[in-house]
Amino acid sequence: MAKFKGAVVVDTERCKGCGLCVAACPSKVLGLASQVNAKGYNYAEMVNEDACIGCASCGYVCPDACLSVYKVTL
Amino acid sequence: MTTKDIIKPENLVYGKTKLLTDNVMHYCPGCSHGVIHKLIAEVIEEMGIQDRTVGVAPVGCAVFAYNYIDVDWQEAAHGRAPALATALKRLNPENVVFTYQGDGDLAAIGTAETIHACNRGENIVIFFVNNAIYGMTGGQMAPTTLEGMKTATCPYGRNTDIYGFPLKISELLAKLDGTCYVTRQSTHKTANIVRAKKAIRKAFENSMAGKGTSVVEFVSHCNTGWKMSPVQANAWMEEHMFAKYPLGDLKDTEKKHYEEPAK
Repeated sequence: MAKFKGAVVVDTERCKGCGLCVAACPSKVLGLASQVNAKGYNYAEMVNEDACIGCASCGYVCPDACLSVYKVTL
Repeated sequence: MTTKDIIKPENLVYGKTKLLTDNVMHYCPGCSHGVIHKLIAEVIEEMGIQDRTVGVAPVGCAVFAYNYIDVDWQEAAHGRAPALATALKRLNPENVVFTYQGDGDLAAIGTAETIHACNRGENIVIFFVNNAIYGMTGGQMAPTTLEGMKTATCPYGRNTDIYGFPLKISELLAKLDGTCYVTRQSTHKTANIVRAKKAIRKAFENSMAGKGTSVVEFVSHCNTGWKMSPVQANAWMEEHMFAKYPLGDLKDTEKKHYEEPAK
């Protein structure tokens, strides 16, 4: 049982779907959406919400600063 | 606890710094420039020096850097950013001045300005983004292109008999008496990004303390120019670039000061 629980909010219009956050996530929380944003990119989204531990690895590697990470201690 | 309960302002652990503007960056998806811009903006915000920081934008992909980081900027002619930064710093010594340059700008057309600014020990910070290619103009060979690496102008790989060897400019600058801090960082993994941020902070502190020129090189990738996905480009960089451009501090000392001769 994880002691931390996190959540990621993606600024979908800023996201360019590079996939670096998907590769950086240690808990395999993120994935690329099947929908596209106004610029035609498959933006990142949480596909496995329960596994997020709020480590913010995705936020650090994001080149477009489109991820906000929230974390609570259980 | 549902995701909705977690998403509250008091639980925020990482978000976009206010110093980054809301303009969407023009860089290709996954470009290292974005991370480096973000780190510089975060450090400036943490140090509280936004109102007296002046950046010098280069020619190259980062030419529009002034649209993204909310500090004062000057746009330099190709490669001449350290010369312009010298003037900005000497005329207003209370300013914190940094240049942001790519390898085509700093290591090719601007080699003379870079070396002489470092040799004079100007109290500026030079951020050098090395992706071993000319990204903006379509992926031509740069002085820093690796041996055997394929680019638009050397499609069979860089032949060192004709084109010479990859230029290790940071090693060159570390030898000069004017530089106080020369380091090589990368932004491909979370741990490296944290280290890179510390290096940026140290460089700004050196500049404010008048210790000499600080050079922070970022080994980065150009996934479009390298014709790879961003994730593949990071892996390729780790495998090939770090052998030629090893990460770590190359120099960390104070510049040699002029001593008045005894009368």
